[in-house]
Amino acid sequence: MGAVEVKNIKKTFTVEKSTVTALQDISFEVKQGELFGLIGPDGAGKTTLFRILTTLMLANSGSASVDGYDVVKEYKEIRKRVGYMPGRFSLYQDLTVEENLSFFATLFNTSIEENYDLVKDIYVQIEKFKTRKAGALSGGMKQKLALSCALIHKPAVLFLDEPTTGVDAVSRREFWDLLHNLQRQKITILVSTPYMDEASLCDRVALIQEGRILDIDSPEGITKKFNHTLWSVRSETMYKLLTELNEQPEVNSCYPFGQEHHVTFKDDNENVKLIEARLTQLGHKSLKFERIHAGIEDCFMDLMEQHRKS
Amino acid sequence: MKAISVQNLTKRFGSFTAVDQITFDVDQGEIFGFLGANGAGKTTAMRMLCGLSMPTSGEAMVAGFDLYKDAEKIKQSIGYMSQKFSLYEDLTIRENIRFYGGIYGLSNSEIKTKTEHLVSSLKLEDKINSLVKSLPLGWKQKLSFSVAMIHDPKIVFLDEPTGGVDPITRREFWTMIFEAANRGTTVFVTTHYMDEAEYCNRVSIMVDGQIAALGAPVELKIKYTAKDMGEVFLQLARRAKRGDD
Repeated sequence: MGAVEVKNIKKTFTVEKSTVTALQDISFEVKQGELFGLIGPDGAGKTTLFRILTTLMLANSGSASVDGYDVVKEYKEIRKRVGYMPGRFSLYQDLTVEENLSFFATLFNTSIEENYDLVKDIYVQIEKFKTRKAGALSGGMKQKLALSCALIHKPAVLFLDEPTTGVDAVSRREFWDLLHNLQRQKITILVSTPYMDEASLCDRVALIQEGRILDIDSPEGITKKFNHTLWSVRSETMYKLLTELNEQPEVNSCYPFGQEHHVTFKDDNENVKLIEARLTQLGHKSLKFERIHAGIEDCFMDLMEQHRKS
Repeated sequence: MKAISVQNLTKRFGSFTAVDQITFDVDQGEIFGFLGANGAGKTTAMRMLCGLSMPTSGEAMVAGFDLYKDAEKIKQSIGYMSQKFSLYEDLTIRENIRFYGGIYGLSNSEIKTKTEHLVSSLKLEDKINSLVKSLPLGWKQKLSFSVAMIHDPKIVFLDEPTGGVDPITRREFWTMIFEAANRGTTVFVTTHYMDEAEYCNRVSIMVDGQIAALGAPVELKIKYTAKDMGEVFLQLARRAKRGDD
């Protein structure tokens, strides 16, 4: 049995008299002990899905279970067994660091001491501020306190809603190291993120956009399915290169990707030598075409385009 | 003349020095990436450059105006958007454009022309009378950028403009930045996406209130023998001592 099972979940909201579909017929399963990522932009439906699974919201139709319990009929059991860290800081701002942690421990009939091992690595980093009010902590510290509070009752399944949004690249890496340590303690983790590069840190991911799952697989499994020949193209004048590549009739897609542009052609066997020659004539220096493997972000954009067309 | 010129700019809050004697210039029409870890002092520095917070010491000229003497003129010459605050959610697209146009002193006929142009270039014609809150995030951000540019400012400040935006829209947004810079607007931008740092003409990286590195991405990658800007950033940000507490 999966730690989380989701079958045909659908959720709509009414906004300004019109109906918005937040989740359309979502199904997936998360295995015990898995680190599962929901990867997608804001508005994809990630938070709605987490709120349904943590029994804070009801779906319109479909069913779901967490740790073997039904999210509707057995919601009380689920609440004892999950840890949830919402995207927005939701602890008590006017309680101190230590008071917040002991409050959450008490709610779940446990104590800080009993499960200290689980939160130790994280809590030691904020322990020197334990008498500070939570509202006066910096963003990074708040995040560590929130994670400690979500873990203090040793949950079977941990839900982390965009824990790394707005967080710098160094702190993001540190946070993922923490998650990998937690995974070793047999906790199933569902984490959502808009950062595509974090997909590779998960065991499996669901790519989600506009309430739909575009694909579910291991990160390698997803990138292997990319079925175009992908080229990285560089020159000394990258903006000029971008506009001129987009003007080439053979080009199917062209996106800036950091220091290179990623390009696919309408014909996967396209002779790039011809296009290279044409661009050199347009004045590009140090022009370089290179065959590359697709990453998660290439796949995400390709799947988005496929959905736009269909 | 430089678009921004900063010498020894410093901001202290009590005994804490948030921004510590930073010195740099930004050229007209340049895309300048302003990077740093959380708590490095970026927001404080940016607030000073926008005329929203007075420095403790140091000098700065923004769009040709002195930060101490002409903060109000600076505010009129710049555009600003951030991920956290941009448009009024409970006003329609038309009302937001009208509101910001009015704030920046555009005449009714200018607002009318700008509204038509802006809405058609973003292909939002059918949505013009919809509330901003009904728009997807990516559209909101593109609209917000266009609104920040409604008075043709010399400089536009973008504070994490693409956070949480889908990968295609994120690139469309950067295309808008490239176009603005091509027309001569100076773009001052912060981001946590390291691939976006590569799109800047030059970037600065703040560590503990100071500018630890400044240069074109290609120069910085050579200097720090890094394969990309992400590596440059990690090397520098890991040196931070003060943390974000």
